[in-house]
Amino acid sequence: MNTTALKQKSSNQTNKTKQLSGAEMVIEAMIEQGVDTIFGYPGGAVLPIYDALFQQNKIKHILCRHEQGAAHAAEGYARSTGKTGVILVTSGPGATNAVTGLTDALLDSIPLVCITGQVPTFLIGNDAFQEADTTGITRPCTKHNYLVKNVNDLPNIMHEAFHVAGTGRPGPVVIDLPKDIQFAEGDYIAKDKAITHMYKPQTDPDMAAIEQAVEMIANAKKPIFYTGGGVINAGPKASKDLTEFVKATGYPITSTLMGLGAFPAHDEQWLGMLGMHGTYEANWSMHDCDVMINIGARFDDRVTGDVTKFSPNSKKIHVDIDPSSINKIIHVDLPIIGDAGKTIEAMLNVWKDKGYKTNHEELNKWWSQIDEWRAVKCLSYKKSDTIIKPQYALERLNHFLQKNEKETGQESFITTEVGQHQMWAAQFLPFNKPNRWMTSGGLGTMGYGLPAAIGTQLGNPDGMVVDVAGEASILMNIQEMSTAVQYNLPVKIFILNNQWMGMVRQWQELLHGERYSQSYTESLPDFVKLAEAYGGVGLRATTPDELDGVIEQMLQTDKVTIVDVNVCQSENCFPMIPSGKAHNEMILAADAEKFDKKLV
Amino acid sequence: MTEDEKKNQSVYGDSPGERKIARHTLSILVDNEPGVLSRIIGLFSGRGYNIDSLTVAEVSEKLNQSRITVVITGTPDVIEQIINLLARLVPVHKVTDLTVLGPHIERDLVLIKIASNQDDLLKAYDIANEYGAIVTDKTEESYVFQYVDTTAKVDEFLEKITPFGMKNISRTGSAAMSCGKEKF
Repeated sequence: MNTTALKQKSSNQTNKTKQLSGAEMVIEAMIEQGVDTIFGYPGGAVLPIYDALFQQNKIKHILCRHEQGAAHAAEGYARSTGKTGVILVTSGPGATNAVTGLTDALLDSIPLVCITGQVPTFLIGNDAFQEADTTGITRPCTKHNYLVKNVNDLPNIMHEAFHVAGTGRPGPVVIDLPKDIQFAEGDYIAKDKAITHMYKPQTDPDMAAIEQAVEMIANAKKPIFYTGGGVINAGPKASKDLTEFVKATGYPITSTLMGLGAFPAHDEQWLGMLGMHGTYEANWSMHDCDVMINIGARFDDRVTGDVTKFSPNSKKIHVDIDPSSINKIIHVDLPIIGDAGKTIEAMLNVWKDKGYKTNHEELNKWWSQIDEWRAVKCLSYKKSDTIIKPQYALERLNHFLQKNEKETGQESFITTEVGQHQMWAAQFLPFNKPNRWMTSGGLGTMGYGLPAAIGTQLGNPDGMVVDVAGEASILMNIQEMSTAVQYNLPVKIFILNNQWMGMVRQWQELLHGERYSQSYTESLPDFVKLAEAYGGVGLRATTPDELDGVIEQMLQTDKVTIVDVNVCQSENCFPMIPSGKAHNEMILAADAEKFDKKLV
Repeated sequence: MTEDEKKNQSVYGDSPGERKIARHTLSILVDNEPGVLSRIIGLFSGRGYNIDSLTVAEVSEKLNQSRITVVITGTPDVIEQIINLLARLVPVHKVTDLTVLGPHIERDLVLIKIASNQDDLLKAYDIANEYGAIVTDKTEESYVFQYVDTTAKVDEFLEKITPFGMKNISRTGSAAMSCGKEKF
């Protein structure tokens, strides 16, 4: 008997439709959707769902200490596992606290389903206790949202929400669920019976365009692959196929902040990240290329610099699953709407079937040009024997993470907060696999890293999860230390503590005449004692000599650990494309003195 | 501080400057559900673009679908972006730019109330007659005329008849459809 027949038989034996309360439907639909972990915070308007959660054991609920933390934890979980993250919060302040996380997920295309409690339907619009217009507030910061007004609509909406969140360009979906609907009973609809709407984004690329693209790629003299988060979102096979395609062509490849890890960083064709704090070789190659192959990136303003001077002499291919990304910022010669994974696979097949070969003579010339740019060594910095340079701290962190990975097979996962440390992490930590790098790219949300690390650790219990943090950002969601302690999550928080909001200070130094308005983080806590107060481990390094020992100690702890690395206060993040400048106008650390005199 | 210095301090670079704008009529087929209009309007208001006119009504009770006709003025880039953004909304089934598609029909409906002396009423009646407007209400001191035509024609009619004692105007946005046998 096949499985369909089995299912039919079992459904004939029981009632045709299962009667469940709204709260039970939520749980049942989640189980059917393969959810095993959710993040949330209880409150009056979601108590029926928390009651239903209490009476089952298939879904594990992680109690975060703030709804923003719950949302970022779900993001970290989603990004490191490829699954949809789920959040459960109450009405009013519960929902509004989650808004930053939802917006973050929207800008970085992370699949989330967020269930918000709501006051009973008959009180909506009455300024009831803990009432907020959640669908109104979240409309611009979600991919889609629902207000459920009839319990019989709920099962379909639950299934459709997961479909919408994870299909096409992923994103956050909110289901606003009034309390009376959670109590009401109705007919449950199983996942395979649910009508998941008309939402059918185009994911199969146009084959004629693929053929044309591959021909353009094959005939290129100065090509570059420019890939983004779309490749990561398309699943691990997309990254594997991308690597195979790039290796087959022998072309250089760069990636956005969101796309790191799709192509292995140890490979010689890898140019490093591009953009405002990208490498010299990546940005110059983008500027001078003749064919640009953009796969799953969206020409973000941190990547393009001045759009009027952006890669002026290239033909541009743009692969994106979202038609509204095409020609939004940069006009392209060949747009392809489709899933990055399917598109790369199709391109690779055409490349192989037609027996395309690269023009080695031209390619060698291009590579020798790139090697000249590489010789600039744009990431070099002045080492010090007395002060820990933040770059040096990350180099040592990387050394010990690699060593740990080799010796124990434990894979490393990096999350970050937002600021200088984030850019240094992107520059100095190599990523060789997708889903190992969780950072707030589009929204730039300070306070992202710790909750994201918690979600990552839950999704990857055997992984070594490190949150590379700044002392200012970490304080924005420091309460999640409690969550890490409660669930025995040995997350490592590696604070590059320079006592400044580093990126703000850097801009004030370079662009605002060294007027450091409100960017010094005064009255900092003692991070070692803070970690201990929460029940974790606190460590500190103040000189380069202490650093290695502290990192080794950090890797050995089995509890949440804060490492307070006191780094050079005046260090700036270079290279850098000043705003309004082009890729070939980027400045290096050595130019910095000239630079600030020129502009201020 | 010079303009150049100000520019260099912005994190976002320069504005692209002035571009040519054009009027476009978009026809959007949507699910008839609460909030759908707000989602669509949000795309315009969120980007600071004003809608010239808007018409919404259910077109299929069976499929629970409505058609929204939007007239908007903007640069080609803005129009392209808005169409793409509309198309990716979950309750939106199809977006057609009738202006780009080719020949199409657009009709607005207006009701205008004229109240004046007999002399003016007579003149107003003559104008209405000339344009083929219909008398929908009549008293000794007033008329309500109904007139259906393109936006430009309706504007012209209103301009002519208004001086003879206009009291109130109520007009719809455009309803639109392509010419020929094609579906849109």
